[in-house]
Order: sequence, then structure tokens, then C-alpha cells
Amino acid sequence: MFTPLAPGRAAPGLARIPLFAVARTLVERYEDDLYLVKGPAAWTAVAALLIGLAALPFLLPRLGMGYLLFIAVLASANVIVAVGLNLLVGYAGLISLGHAGFVAIGAYASGLLAARLEVPWPAAWLGAAAISAAFGFLVGLPALRLTGPYLTIATLGFGIAVYQVLTNWTELSGGRGGLSVPALGLGVGGMSAIQQLALVAITAAVALCWIAYNLARSHIGRALAAIRDSDIAAEVTGVSLTWYKTLAFAISAAYAGVAGAIIAQALRHLEPQAFTFLESITYFAMIVVGGLGTVTGGIIGALLLTLIPHYLSGIKQWLPIAYGAVIIAMMLFEPQGLYGRWLRIRRYFKAWPL
Amino acid sequence: MTAPLLEVRGVSIAFGGVVALDRVDLEVGRRELVSVIGPNGAGKTTLFNCICGLYRPDAGRIAFEGRPLPRRPDLIARRGIARTFQNLELFRHSTVLDNVLLGRHLHIRTPFVAAALGLPRWKRDEVAHRRRVEEILDFLDLQAARHRRVGDLPMAQQRLVEVARALATEPILLLLDEPSSGMTAEEKADLVHRIKDIREEWGITVVLVEHDLKIVMGISDWIAVLDHGTKIAQGPPEAIQRDPQVISAYLGETA
Repeated sequence: MFTPLAPGRAAPGLARIPLFAVARTLVERYEDDLYLVKGPAAWTAVAALLIGLAALPFLLPRLGMGYLLFIAVLASANVIVAVGLNLLVGYAGLISLGHAGFVAIGAYASGLLAARLEVPWPAAWLGAAAISAAFGFLVGLPALRLTGPYLTIATLGFGIAVYQVLTNWTELSGGRGGLSVPALGLGVGGMSAIQQLALVAITAAVALCWIAYNLARSHIGRALAAIRDSDIAAEVTGVSLTWYKTLAFAISAAYAGVAGAIIAQALRHLEPQAFTFLESITYFAMIVVGGLGTVTGGIIGALLLTLIPHYLSGIKQWLPIAYGAVIIAMMLFEPQGLYGRWLRIRRYFKAWPL
Repeated sequence: MTAPLLEVRGVSIAFGGVVALDRVDLEVGRRELVSVIGPNGAGKTTLFNCICGLYRPDAGRIAFEGRPLPRRPDLIARRGIARTFQNLELFRHSTVLDNVLLGRHLHIRTPFVAAALGLPRWKRDEVAHRRRVEEILDFLDLQAARHRRVGDLPMAQQRLVEVARALATEPILLLLDEPSSGMTAEEKADLVHRIKDIREEWGITVVLVEHDLKIVMGISDWIAVLDHGTKIAQGPPEAIQRDPQVISAYLGETA
């Protein structure tokens, strides 16, 4: 099968490397191979990370960096999109250049559910995920017949179509005035709106990353990687291409839908201009930079490509060019992304002085 | 006589003007070990592709256990047909373990939610399938390579991983497409024993496409010979060796 970016090169059997195994521990039972986090040192690190993330919404304003809360919300949304996109591109080998379309659907779905139907926000978010997943399923159907660049162009067309529909269907999108989204309320006193949103967004990102790690190492992740590496072998071994290709699209779109709901809350005012083709390219750049075919790669890429533009806002107009150049450079020199590089460095020091 | 396990009747397929298979018949009984031989381009692999659903024959029918086969290859796999590939179709970037675990895929009943949340149900299932996979790795002597990337292994081991993946599906019928190519003489000798064991101990019916005639003559119950898409001979190894048509197909017309 022709895959222009050979995402297969990006996944060197990483599924079985424990996420946070600090010291190498002896494997005595098959169960031991299944732990994501292994050993007390690793557990301490994970606990510290989680506590740190949970404290972020409270800590940042105290440190006089309240403006970073918005960035944290944005980063959470981008992490969710990138991790979901990586399940599709990095694992299943199906390239989507229209993911901003799914994010837009999630944003407008949650916004409309909350603003017009006055649905409580958790239900609106779930609704956004479900509606976006349904669209993902529909876009996945042509994936059964189209391969390689043809599928990529179909997804690209989908992303542009969503943008056009939102621009022109003013009853739905609120027209020029945009669509106002009511703020979410946790019902907790003493927290500003953005603090509450940051807390929810970070929680959602952590939960969805954890689910992605689980999916990636389960039979579902194996089936997706099998389709990527050799679809005919996957098929004659009993993997339904129909089911898993559409499933990959649906999961990936559901992730984008949740991210869209977060972005809707962050912007509070939706306009189609927030979901252009350029956003799709940016999401794609995130997984290429971080590393295709690993959940951690998506997280790293999303964080980098959210934080760097924030600190380099002076050169905003050059960013699209920079992304393009970075994608090409990574494909050429570091197809496993930054996470792949990190793993190789770690392996080097483990084996040192050999 | 009981009905054959695999029944290929009058199967024909053409690609453009090239007739790859022309009214081929093949009947394989339960627990038989059968070889299909023939010169390059005789249609051996095409026949395999028809049986496992990758190609749809233009004419003829294929029945398995007395019933016609479904159309989709994954559903055919679920009926109990597994195969290996002449040009190695492995998941090169995954470990040996993950490759063989994929063979368990059609037996995995773990619900989506249990897998997504890593529930105890998922862990229990995963360990049970891992245990089954380890038995197969033991049988093919691949234990030491279990965590290695398949793409990094020598050719002979990669071929064994394909066999392991096929065995992991617990097939009734196993189609082996040139399993010995790229192997040394010793590795071939070893392979012969494994194929015999697959039939004797595991009770699996085997159809073998093979170029190495020493292997073919040594282990087959009977042999079918294809040439230019037609079956030109069928019979026990001794008879095939003496068949004038087979000799001319292999050595050229009127030598």
C-alpha cells in the first residue's frame, strides 16, 4: 500500500515499553508486561505529575501568571486533538488533513447544545464527542476504498467543506455575529471562570491520554498498527478493515470533538475562522514533530506547538512556513519524532558504556 | 467417503488477458498434508489468494467444510483458514509478540470499554491470549526473540513468525506459501519437522506451496502440479516424480 509519509517507520515496537519505568524491573509474570506505570519510583513521578497538573489552575494566578491559564486550556485541547489524530495517522496509517473540521463540529455542537437547547455542559461535551464521532464514521467510509493520497485529499476536502458550511449557513453558526457560548460552571465558589475551565480541560486531557494509552496497547491498537503495516495480512488474520478503519476515524473525531468543546468554552464566541485548513496543518505538524505512532509523541508535539507560538507571537505571520519546513525536516531526518529521539537517547545511556 | 475439508471446483481467474487459473480442481481432506508445486507463474499463489478471499475467482466455487466461503478475507479467517505469504507480510515495526498476538485477534472478546479503561477483564483476557502465544513461540523456538522487532530478525525467523501468527488463529486449514525460501539447509530440515508436527500433533490440515522438491517429496501425502494455470497432474510423490508431463513442465518441452 502506498503511504506517502510512511508513518509505519515511526512505530518501532514501542507498545511494550512501560511509560514511566524509571528502574528496570524484572518481569516474572505476563501481567507484569501489561503495566503502564511500573515500580515505586515511576509511580511517584506519575503522582507528582498529576498533582502538579491538578494544582496548575490554582498555582498560576498566585504566581502572577494567570494569563497562562488560557494557554493551558488551549494546550489541553491541542493535546487531545493530537493524541486522537495520532491514533488515526500514526497507528492506523490513515492520513487526515481535515481534522480542524472535526474540531469545528465539536465546538459548534457543544455551543449549540448549550446555547440553544440549554443542555448542561458535561452533556453538551459528550454530545459534541458523539456528533463528531458520527461525522468521523462517515468520513471513514470512503477510507475503505481510498488509500494513500486519495484519502488524504478526501479528508482535506471534508475540512474545507465544514468551514464553508459554517460560513454560509448562518442560522446554524450565528452568521457574522458569531455564536456565543455560555460559560461552564462547576458550582464551586472562589474559582474564576477560566480557572474552572482549565481544571476541566486538563482533567479531560489526562483522561483521554490515559484512554489512548490503553487503546494503543490493546487488541485495538494492534489491529490498527497491523492495518498500517500490511493491510492484507491484517485482513487474512481476521481483522475487519471495514470496522477498524471506520472505528479509527470515529475515535479520532470524538477526541477532536471534545477538544472543540474546550475551544468553544475558551473562546466563548465561535466564528468559522477559528477552524481553517491552517489549523488542520498545525495539528498534523504536532504529531509529526512529537512522533507518529506513539501517544507520548502526540502530547509532546501538541505542547511544543502550543507554547512556542505563544512565546514567539512576534513572528506569527511566519509560523505556517515554519510548520511546513518543520514537517519536511522531521520526515527527512527524524521520522520517529522527538519522542523517538528521546527513546534512543535513553537506550544509549542504558547500554552505556557499550 | 466423507466430504473433503476444502473443495475447489473449476476455479478460473484472469488478469487482463493473462489466464492465471484455468478450471482448477482441488480436494483436500481433513488432516492431509498436501503440496502444490509448479514452475514460477503457474498460479500457485493465485490459488491461495482465491481461497483466502484476496482475489475473487471469475468462475468456479470454493467450499470449506461443505459450505461456501464468505467474501471478506477476515470472515474467511474466522471460518478457520490461515496462511503465510511468500513475500513476508509482517507488521515489521511491531515485536514478535505483537505480531503473533494479532493472530489471536479473532478470538479476543474483550469489550471496547474494558480495553479503553484497562479494566481487569482486559488484563485477564490479554494474559490468557499471551499464554497461548507463548506456547506457539515455544513450539517454533522463538521465545528469545519475543520482544524484538520483527524487521530486525533474520529471514528464517521472520518466516517462522508468519507461521506463528497463522497458528495463533487456531486454524483448521493452514496455507503455507513457500515457507522455506531464504532458509539454510539446516533451517529447512528443522522446518520440515515443524510442518509435520503441525499436522500430527495439532491436527491441522496443511496445504504447502514449495519450490524445494526435496521437502515436497519428503512430507506430502500427495502433490498437485500446476502449470500455466491448469492442473497437469496429481498423485503421490513417487508417481509425480515419474510423470512425463511434470518433467516436461519443469525441464521444458521435449528435453
